[in-house]
Amino acid sequence: MIAFLRNTWRGLTSMRTALTLLFLLALAAMPGALLPQLSLNAAKVDEYIAQHGWWGDLLLKLGFFEVYATPWFAAIYLLLFVSLIGCLLPRTWEYFKQMRAKPVLTPRNLARMPHHAQLVLDVTPEEAVTKAKKALRGWRMDAGDDTVSAERGYLRETGNLVFHFALLGLLVSFALGKMFSYEGQIIVQANGGQFCNGGVFNYDSFRPGLRVDGTDLTPFCVEIGKFSAEYLDNGQPVGYQADIRYQSGDDLASNTWRPYNLQVNHPLRTDGDRVYLLGHGYTPTFTVTFPNGEKRTQGIQWLPSDQLTLASEGATKFDPPGITDSEQRRKNQIAVTGLLAPTPLLHGNILNSKYPALNNPMVAVDVYRGDLGVDDGRGQSIFSIDMKMVEQGRLQKVARKNLALGEEIALDDGTKVRFDSVNDWVSLQVSHDPTQEYVLLFAVLIILGLGVSLTVKRRRVWVRATPRDDGRTLVEVGGLARTDQAGYGEEFTRLARAVLNEEKS
Amino acid sequence: MPVNETLATYSDWLYRSALGVYLFAILFYAVEQAFARAPRKAAVNAEALVGAGAPVPGILTDEPKSELSRAERIGRMGAALTVLGALLHLGSLVMRGLSAGRAPWGNMYEYMSLLCLAAVVTWIVLMAKFPIRRLGAFVLTPILILLFLGGTVLYAESAPVQPALRSYWLVIHVSVISISSGVLLIPGVTSILYLLKDSKSDRFPKLPSADVLDRMSYRTTVLAFPLFTAGIICGAIWAEAAWGRFWGWDPKETVAFVSWVVYAAYLHARATAGWRGRGAAWINVAGFALNVFNLFFINLVTTGLHSYAGL
Repeated sequence: MIAFLRNTWRGLTSMRTALTLLFLLALAAMPGALLPQLSLNAAKVDEYIAQHGWWGDLLLKLGFFEVYATPWFAAIYLLLFVSLIGCLLPRTWEYFKQMRAKPVLTPRNLARMPHHAQLVLDVTPEEAVTKAKKALRGWRMDAGDDTVSAERGYLRETGNLVFHFALLGLLVSFALGKMFSYEGQIIVQANGGQFCNGGVFNYDSFRPGLRVDGTDLTPFCVEIGKFSAEYLDNGQPVGYQADIRYQSGDDLASNTWRPYNLQVNHPLRTDGDRVYLLGHGYTPTFTVTFPNGEKRTQGIQWLPSDQLTLASEGATKFDPPGITDSEQRRKNQIAVTGLLAPTPLLHGNILNSKYPALNNPMVAVDVYRGDLGVDDGRGQSIFSIDMKMVEQGRLQKVARKNLALGEEIALDDGTKVRFDSVNDWVSLQVSHDPTQEYVLLFAVLIILGLGVSLTVKRRRVWVRATPRDDGRTLVEVGGLARTDQAGYGEEFTRLARAVLNEEKS
Repeated sequence: MPVNETLATYSDWLYRSALGVYLFAILFYAVEQAFARAPRKAAVNAEALVGAGAPVPGILTDEPKSELSRAERIGRMGAALTVLGALLHLGSLVMRGLSAGRAPWGNMYEYMSLLCLAAVVTWIVLMAKFPIRRLGAFVLTPILILLFLGGTVLYAESAPVQPALRSYWLVIHVSVISISSGVLLIPGVTSILYLLKDSKSDRFPKLPSADVLDRMSYRTTVLAFPLFTAGIICGAIWAEAAWGRFWGWDPKETVAFVSWVVYAAYLHARATAGWRGRGAAWINVAGFALNVFNLFFINLVTTGLHSYAGL
């Protein structure tokens, strides 16, 4: 039993196994790049499964659309983890022993070393040894009467261990981060819209870590002020920015707002959370004047359907005011849907957008009246109306027109719909990851360790002086690079030359 | 920001001339490879002396002076042309940067250009260190193909970049990744040559010894691997600022991770009995193949956050 455990442990921690596991890890990670992934683009995954029939279903069952969350991926990296630890522990022990050990004794036959040179010199053995010691200054040395053994490059192993331990640390922090991190997206209106990190329901979408239930989010609030964007002539965006105010920590109690200029690549970092400016779009505002003279004004974000021209589509929905009977109310709900063109381009009556910035924006709207289906308890998209209602005849198109700012449509029952103004909205992402600083720290250690262990070479030099019958001395130099021989030749030649000469030092 | 059209045009001219010069360099190298004699056994022995115990160290560096053969002279011209090509190539990148007013690696064409320049410079340095000049044709050919694809299929007009790329991390992350990938091209090629040379039959007498090829591959990989690691980490730092997370398994990130693992496997394989030599060489070739795959497939076929090809 013990033998079995020992053999398993040995097998698992051998370099050969580590290599195999590395290959397996590489192989297992690849599907994540080749197949659509649920975490990145769920719609594409659905499309792929629909297109590939049973094959898609099989891949789904085996977890190929969420590779990095599957048991098999976890199994590989956990085994690699164990293998790494099993390799590191004995090496660390060995390392500390070696740090205190003397360089190994001079081998009997130096001519067998990969690097070797010898010369008969007109010096005594003692002089030769003194000279060798001088040439080997900076090396760890152990000198006898007629021999010197020296070694240097211990930093290589130091760097190597730092690298591998940092790799372990990075993986552990990464895994912990996956437990306690969260991220969520929200759309907020510019010029006064607010968002507070109070709970999951304030988000449009929210992705919690395994140990985050959403009850314990760091409280902070942001208020979006003026948003501005800059574009090239062809509509390519050059930069976005939003002037925002925020409060967090003690500022919440004292209601102090602090200003910040939010830009792409420059997130707001506050109290362990980060707020990113991801994108932007437009919110058209419509005023509906009902037949009884009452007015309702609404503005809700429309979704850009063309990223280059920011032509946007959406649906702005109205409830008739003052009607308490829900039956009646549902016959008179109004939805304004259609296309918003920030810079209009008209082909006859067909509206499109030619540029993403606002220049006399226009909308091409369809006005629907009837039952929007918002009361039946099912959620529906804020960007569109429920087309089932239209198919069933419960929601009817009553007008279609292009409107410039301030223009209005009159419906047959006397209701008027006016296109008032356009406001900006921004989409924000809030991210929280308590361990990312540790990940960074370990990443820096990884580079340092790697750099040191790959540039420093562990190498040994031995010198032996043997007196000859004629009063002269045979001086031999042998060299061995312990890890790789590449590049040691030049240094050895230099050293050998410094040792093998008759100049008095 | 306006684009300086004149400088952009100069940049394109320089790019084309660099390509032409590289093409001539390849022809010259090919002539040397074809007509020069196989490396003399004597030269190999001189190397072996270092190990086997040269009686006097002085001998180690005294190279016998000999007349250059005609083939060797042509090879030297090839090397000179390579340097000239690299200078033109560098000029084209600088002009690109000046014309757009930003670091000249903002789209795939420019990225490819920088990558190839890094590979050419690495090759020039290696030529100075190892007696491998005549292999130039093998190394410059893939580079020339990449440059040609870059200049035709992937070509993009000089222009500013989109908001997410407006960061000093563009300067750091992209250049480090591009340069390290370029350096890694060289061991990819020399590993293939190693695999050809290290077969039982001596079919390729004109290639340098397997040992020289292996050492070259190792030393360039060892130089590029920490650089590549640093490039990935810089990318993670930038991703944290731009996309809200430092690592998100974006296709490009995934393949970069995979090729990092493969190069790590190469370094381990070279220290593992049974994997040294051919095994390690195969792994290095696989790493290079992954890099090419990451460059083309991930940028052009899949969609991810790294889709900045400008096509």
